[in-house]
Amino acid sequence: MTDRALAVVRAGALTTVQDTGRPGHAHLGVPRSGALDAPAAALANRLVGNPPQAAVLETTLNGVAVRPRSAVTAAVAGAPCAVTVDGRPAPWSAPVHVPAGAVLDIGPADLGLRSYVAFAGGVIVDPVLGSRSTDLLSGLGPAPLADGTVLPLGIPANLHARVDVAPQPSPPTELLLRVTLGPRDDWFTPEAVRTFTTRTYEVSPASNRIGLRTRGPALERAAAGELPSEGMVLGAVQVPPDGRPVVFLADHPTTGGYPVIAVVRPEDLPAAAQAVPGTPVRFIAAGR
Amino acid sequence: MRALQVGGDALLVEVSSGEQARALHAELLRRRAEGSLSVREIVPAARTVLLDGVTDPARLASELTAAETPAAPPRAGGVVELPVRYDGPDLADVAAHWGVGPEEAARIHADTEFTVAFCGFAPGFGYLTGLPAHYDVPRRATPRTAVPAGSVALAGPYTGVYPRSSPGGWQLIGITDAVLWDHARVPAALLSPGTRVRFVPVTAPASTARPA
Repeated sequence: MTDRALAVVRAGALTTVQDTGRPGHAHLGVPRSGALDAPAAALANRLVGNPPQAAVLETTLNGVAVRPRSAVTAAVAGAPCAVTVDGRPAPWSAPVHVPAGAVLDIGPADLGLRSYVAFAGGVIVDPVLGSRSTDLLSGLGPAPLADGTVLPLGIPANLHARVDVAPQPSPPTELLLRVTLGPRDDWFTPEAVRTFTTRTYEVSPASNRIGLRTRGPALERAAAGELPSEGMVLGAVQVPPDGRPVVFLADHPTTGGYPVIAVVRPEDLPAAAQAVPGTPVRFIAAGR
Repeated sequence: MRALQVGGDALLVEVSSGEQARALHAELLRRRAEGSLSVREIVPAARTVLLDGVTDPARLASELTAAETPAAPPRAGGVVELPVRYDGPDLADVAAHWGVGPEEAARIHADTEFTVAFCGFAPGFGYLTGLPAHYDVPRRATPRTAVPAGSVALAGPYTGVYPRSSPGGWQLIGITDAVLWDHARVPAALLSPGTRVRFVPVTAPASTARPA
C-alpha cells in the first residue's frame, strides 16, 4: 500500500464508497447503485478538483472519521454537519486541507441524512463492472466501511477546484415528490390513486439505499391477482401487499412483481435521499 | 402489444406471452445494434420488455405498436450445461406435486432444454422456462432464510439457480457447483436472457460447467 491511502478511524452507522454507479447491466439483475444524493457527491468532487465520476464516501446519519497517510484535500457536501481536522473546526462544503496523519472527522448530520466526503484523487478501490459503488442489495463493490478499513486514494488530477464554497439545497422538512402516474395505476381503485396523490405519508425508519419506505394510508388494489415480474426503474413507487408506497432508490431490484403506481421525477430523488425518518412525504401528480 | 409510459424516460412494452416477449427483446437488441434505437437499459421480463433511458418514449411507443414484431429468430449460441446433483430437500415434494417418484422428476427436469427468459432477483439469477405448464409448482409456504449457492430450484413456471447464498422461497431440487456469477470473469454472468441451458445429472461432486 502506498502513502496515498486513508485509514478508517470511525466507520459510522453506515458508510459506503459511491460513484455514479453501474447502469447498463439491469438485464443481468445488476442494480445501478451509485450515490443517492448524486448532486451532493458531484459537488464534493468539484470542491476538490475531481471529475464527477470519482468515488466518494457516503455517510449515514452520524458521519465518519478517517486518517489519511499523506496530506490530502478533502471536501464534505450533502447533509450539513460539523467537520474537524484533529479536533479543530473546518468548513463544510468547502475544500479542507488534511495534513498527513491528521484525523478528518465528519460529525452527525445536523439536518438530513447523508454527507458526501470527496478526497482529491478519489477513492480508488477496484471497480466492479465499471463502478466502485457499494451495492447493498446484491453485495457488489466494496463492503461498507469498518473501523480499520484502509482505502487507496488516486493521484489528484492537479486541477484547481472550480468552486470555493457552494450553496446547497437544505434537506427537506417536508418531502414533495412529483410523480407521473403509471404504469400500473390501473391496479388500484380510483380512491386509492386519489389517496396516494392527496394524503400525507411519512418516511419510515425501515428506509435504506434500496427504497424509501413510507407510513400512511394503505392503497387498496382494484383487483386481486399477481403481476408477473417486470422491469423496474429508479424512482418507481412500488406498492407491496401492505399497501404502503416504497420509492425505489439506487440499489433497487431490477425486476419486481408488485405494481408500480407512479414514478418519481429523477430531480426530486436527491431530496428523498436526505429525508430523515418521520419527515412528511407528499406525492404530487404531475401529468402523464 | 401495449406500451405504457414509465416516468419521463422509460417505456414498458407489454405483450401476451413469454414467446412474444422473447421476440420483442430480440428485435429491440437488433435495433440497438444497428443504431436505430438509443436506450440505456433493455430489461426483458415475464410478459414485458422495459426500455429505460429513451429520449422520446411517446414517439417510440407509437413506433413500436405500429410495427409488426418479427418472430423470434432461432435461438443462437451453444447450450450451457450445468452439472447438477438431484438431491435437493424439496425434490420429493416436487415429485409428489407432479405425481411421479423423485428419480422420475429428476429425469423429466434433466430431459428438458431450458431458455433464460429473463434475469433479476440477484446478479446472474436467471428465470429459466422450458417445462410444460402442468409442471408448474407453488413456492414454499415458508421461505428459507438461507438457500445455499448453486441450489437448483423451481417456482411457478420457472427454474432458477441461486448464484450466491440468499433467502429464498423456491423449491430446491438439486445443486450445481457451476459458478453462475463471477464479476472478475468476462462475461460475469454465466446465464443471460436468451441463453439455452441443460441440466446434466451427476452423482458425486459436480464438475465445472462449460458452454458446449
